[in-house]
Amino acid sequence: MSGAPISRPKLLALQVLVAAAIIGIWHIGSTVPIFGVHFLPKFFFSTPGDVAARVVKLFATGTIWKHLWITLSETILAFVIGSVGGVLFGFWFARRPLVAAVFDPYVKMANALPRVVLAPIFMLWLGLGIWSKVALGVTLVFFIVFFNVYQGVKEVSPVVLANARMLGMNERRLFRHVYWPSALSWMFSSLHTSVGFALVGAVVGEYLGSAAGLGYLIHEAEGVFDVTGVFAGMVILAAFVLLVDAAVTRIERRLLVWRPEAGGRG
Amino acid sequence: MTVTPPAVALDGISIAYGDFVAVAPTMLHVAEGEFVAIVGPTGCGKSTLLNAAAGLLAPAAGTVTIRGRRLAGLNGEAGYLFQQDALMPWKTALDNVAIGLEVADVPRAEALARARDWLARVGLAAFADRYPHQLSGGQRKRVGLAQVLIRNPKILLMDEPFGPLDAQTRLIMGGLLLDLWAAERKAVLFVTHDLEEAIALADRVVIMSSGPSATIIGDHAIDLPRPRDAMDVRLDARFHELHHEIWGQLRGEVLKAYGSAA
Repeated sequence: MSGAPISRPKLLALQVLVAAAIIGIWHIGSTVPIFGVHFLPKFFFSTPGDVAARVVKLFATGTIWKHLWITLSETILAFVIGSVGGVLFGFWFARRPLVAAVFDPYVKMANALPRVVLAPIFMLWLGLGIWSKVALGVTLVFFIVFFNVYQGVKEVSPVVLANARMLGMNERRLFRHVYWPSALSWMFSSLHTSVGFALVGAVVGEYLGSAAGLGYLIHEAEGVFDVTGVFAGMVILAAFVLLVDAAVTRIERRLLVWRPEAGGRG
Repeated sequence: MTVTPPAVALDGISIAYGDFVAVAPTMLHVAEGEFVAIVGPTGCGKSTLLNAAAGLLAPAAGTVTIRGRRLAGLNGEAGYLFQQDALMPWKTALDNVAIGLEVADVPRAEALARARDWLARVGLAAFADRYPHQLSGGQRKRVGLAQVLIRNPKILLMDEPFGPLDAQTRLIMGGLLLDLWAAERKAVLFVTHDLEEAIALADRVVIMSSGPSATIIGDHAIDLPRPRDAMDVRLDARFHELHHEIWGQLRGEVLKAYGSAA
């Protein structure tokens, strides 16, 4: 159903209502006995109040900043390294069909591999510090960027290309004025996905073995059956993701002004 | 005695895709400053002929000579206006026009100033900062025209440039083209399927037969006086005579093309 756009305050009110309903059910289920039973036992589900108190405590004592910083740096590093690699290889493959043809089955194979199985290897190679998490994130980001850049270079409109040649562009200028912007636009259109995957790589890596970061925090809490800690970590992670996503949206709007879709949200 | 060589000389050009002969050996000369329109039914290879003159397509046989020099590779003396959208969507109208100069190593500030001037000449001074998707089809064509003309090419190749536009916009664009052409007479090779447009604009209208193995079957001088008004000229009695005369020849080819397609 579509029609008149919903006003902003109304939309916000409805969104808050959804959160209130979920938290309300959670609160009642975990604290108010119904027929003598808590249908969301505190041991397994904690309570909204406890989780909120824990989140506040994590921020108040300042312990969370270190973990947030670690996870953020891993995410950014994974994103930057994975993107640079993806762009370089994407271009190389797109401009050298022979290379693309030879490596095709290997690229497919590597991309199909569930990346989590690589985590132990990265830990052996790179230790428990941030670089094993970065490596995991890179393997995820690389393929997204790689495929998008490859596509972007391949799908440059032949007419735009012919026109650029007729305007007198040599290979170097074609790269700068035609291939590069086209590839970047494809890469930016996958920005949300690739940043999201960089974060997934970081958190999963931390979860599987580390000494700091949001994934580590959640894993630690889980290890001692501290459900409140697990939920508090998840809440912070979710808020963190929303913030990162909002930042990406802003960047994307700036970079893709020339796109017809850039006016609305993609 | 020196004779000015033609701006574009296609001699014995034929174009084939494998066994399929799209254009049979054809000869076409365009003199300096002459406006020649090629008219023919759809799929007759008009655009193919144009692409050969641009150097975008190598002919199977024959030679392309541009201003006395045998063409090898792209035709650097020609500006090409495409039928489809050919602007770079990631550049503003201004940058799209300026790029033609930047490619020739004109300093950016100067390129931008001259691009502004050209946008004004095609009536788009207020739209310099728009991206192509924010412009109408006619406005994009104007930008395309400025993009090509800013380089001051000696030869203008146009492949049904106003084809995708609505009838009124086409008339206006035709008028604009004539005005710009009158200011600096370039050799023009203009492909169209619209005979009226061809007669209104050109000095000579060349008719191509329907493909395959298409070739030139008619060459008509248009003796309408210049300067012409691309709109009013259509009301001229001589215009109707010419139209009647050329259409008689074109009609058969158009019917043949439809007959073989159906």
